[in-house]
Amino acid sequence: MFLRYIVVYEVDKVLELRALTKHYPNHHALKGISFSLTQGEFFSLVGPSGCGKTTTLRLIGGFEEPTSGEITLAGRPVAGLPPYRREVSTVFQNYALFPHLTVAQNVAFGLERRNGVTRSTIRNRVEQALALVQLSGKEARKPNQISGGERQRVALARSLVVEPKVLLLDEPLSALDPKLRKQMRQELKSLQRRVGIAFLFITHDQEEALSLSDRIAVMNQGSIEQIGKPRELYQEPTSRFVAEFLGEVNWVNGAGIRPEAIRVSKENPANGARSVAGVVESSTFLGNVTHLAARLPNGANCTAQLPLNGCTFELGEPVHLWWDASDELRVSA
Amino acid sequence: MKHLRAAFLAPGVAVMAILFFAPLLIVLAYSLLTRGAYGGVVPPWTGESYARVFDPLYGEILYRSVWIAGVSTALCLALGFPLALYIARAARHKGLLLNLVMLPFWTSFLIRTYAWMFLLRDTGLINSMLLSLHVIREPLPLLFNTGAVILGLVYGYLPFMVLPLYATLEKLDPYLLDAAADLGAAPFVTVWRVVVPLAKPGMVAGCLLVFIPCLGAYLTPDLMGGGKTVMAGNLVQNQFTTARDWPFGAAVSLVLMVLVLVVTRALMRRTEELL
Repeated sequence: MFLRYIVVYEVDKVLELRALTKHYPNHHALKGISFSLTQGEFFSLVGPSGCGKTTTLRLIGGFEEPTSGEITLAGRPVAGLPPYRREVSTVFQNYALFPHLTVAQNVAFGLERRNGVTRSTIRNRVEQALALVQLSGKEARKPNQISGGERQRVALARSLVVEPKVLLLDEPLSALDPKLRKQMRQELKSLQRRVGIAFLFITHDQEEALSLSDRIAVMNQGSIEQIGKPRELYQEPTSRFVAEFLGEVNWVNGAGIRPEAIRVSKENPANGARSVAGVVESSTFLGNVTHLAARLPNGANCTAQLPLNGCTFELGEPVHLWWDASDELRVSA
Repeated sequence: MKHLRAAFLAPGVAVMAILFFAPLLIVLAYSLLTRGAYGGVVPPWTGESYARVFDPLYGEILYRSVWIAGVSTALCLALGFPLALYIARAARHKGLLLNLVMLPFWTSFLIRTYAWMFLLRDTGLINSMLLSLHVIREPLPLLFNTGAVILGLVYGYLPFMVLPLYATLEKLDPYLLDAAADLGAAPFVTVWRVVVPLAKPGMVAGCLLVFIPCLGAYLTPDLMGGGKTVMAGNLVQNQFTTARDWPFGAAVSLVLMVLVLVVTRALMRRTEELL
């Protein structure tokens, strides 16, 4: 039973990176990273800018060759293959739509490069792809005649229509305004479910990664800090870096506590919970929640996230902050 | 604001009016007068010079000028495009490479043309080398023919093609090239389907900058063609010097100018449609 599970898992790997490194003359961009994607998985690479996530994407796309290590696509090593022979496609950060071609011609571009694809097939598949991203009727527009959100959808359609083994997305939502970004996030997720293609999604926005991904790899300075499901990473980060990158965290006596796990009361609850005394320093109303910051005796600040109407404390008032021991994040470093 | 604008415009307009439009009017007047016995122009007014421009003999010269200028422009484009693309995409030494393209301008065009003649003539470097190596027994006819004229024009005007092309290609978003490769386009396909269409404004500008001076060239056909390949520029020059027929020379230059304007307008309109 167990063995069979392993075998199926192995076959399912559409993309695998093994001990990948990339050295530039003055800079080690990647210091040996390994991970793999299974068929139909939404996998995110997150990390601050300069952590090596874009380099990873360019190595997979074939735009640069790794210094060492191996990339296999559907079980076959792709070393030495130029980008136009690799069965991955990329949605670029600025979309990189061809400005001289119409929406339909942009989407058809990849199909026209294939041998033995007839004109009528191309027309049908372009039509389907544009319907998939809800752009039917905009076929004849040029990229500069459509909105930012529509351009992003054209880029998605153009990359998906060639049916890549893996779709690489390089911060595709970062060029959109915040409201549109949230809407496109939903669309992206539902699109990925419908097409069933593995997505490798790059972002520096932790909320985006947490809400979209099946699994996330957190990168820092050319290495992967931790790989796991969003909930695992958020609740059981193995390092301080991961804990802090994926959300706000208070460090009290060496333990990490998320603001939303902290309760505040005037009296010490004396219910067995961990607690610490403090003085209310500020309270920030954010609409649905309020962030209350208290100064602890050791001078550190501790932020609690309180529900709407849950904050009845005055500035300078002495309070007790408490939380369940099970909500503490146990990180090694 | 209005005064400032006028002040900024005035010097340029004055230069154009005094040094370009006024002489042009004089040329127009010359073309409509009768030739004097020893050069110069005399009354009465007549349109006879224009009638002679379209005489088959001179029409042939005009036609050949357009043909030679066209071939030279096409060759400049074929040579200049890969060069400009290479420089624009070069990771390093862009400035150095551009300076090398412009380096010939540091020497007079006349001197450079003579240098070509020394290379190409029967006793020139190329022929004497091939002779001494016994590759050939008689000197190759490298100079004083249409091929030599085209060589001279391509050599002389190549930088005018490379520079505007470079300016366009340098602005090309490199991610577009990545995107094309990503979608399965081999490098040559990427150049043909993405780079060339987007470089069209630069190509039009370069072609105009090469075609116009080529059409009016007289030094290169005179020296490299040995007077055998007569282009419109030589025709004009001859009318004002040896032939002493100023009205006819003026008429030919004005017809040439109209020809250039027509070609320019057509190309410009095409470019606007593309953009």
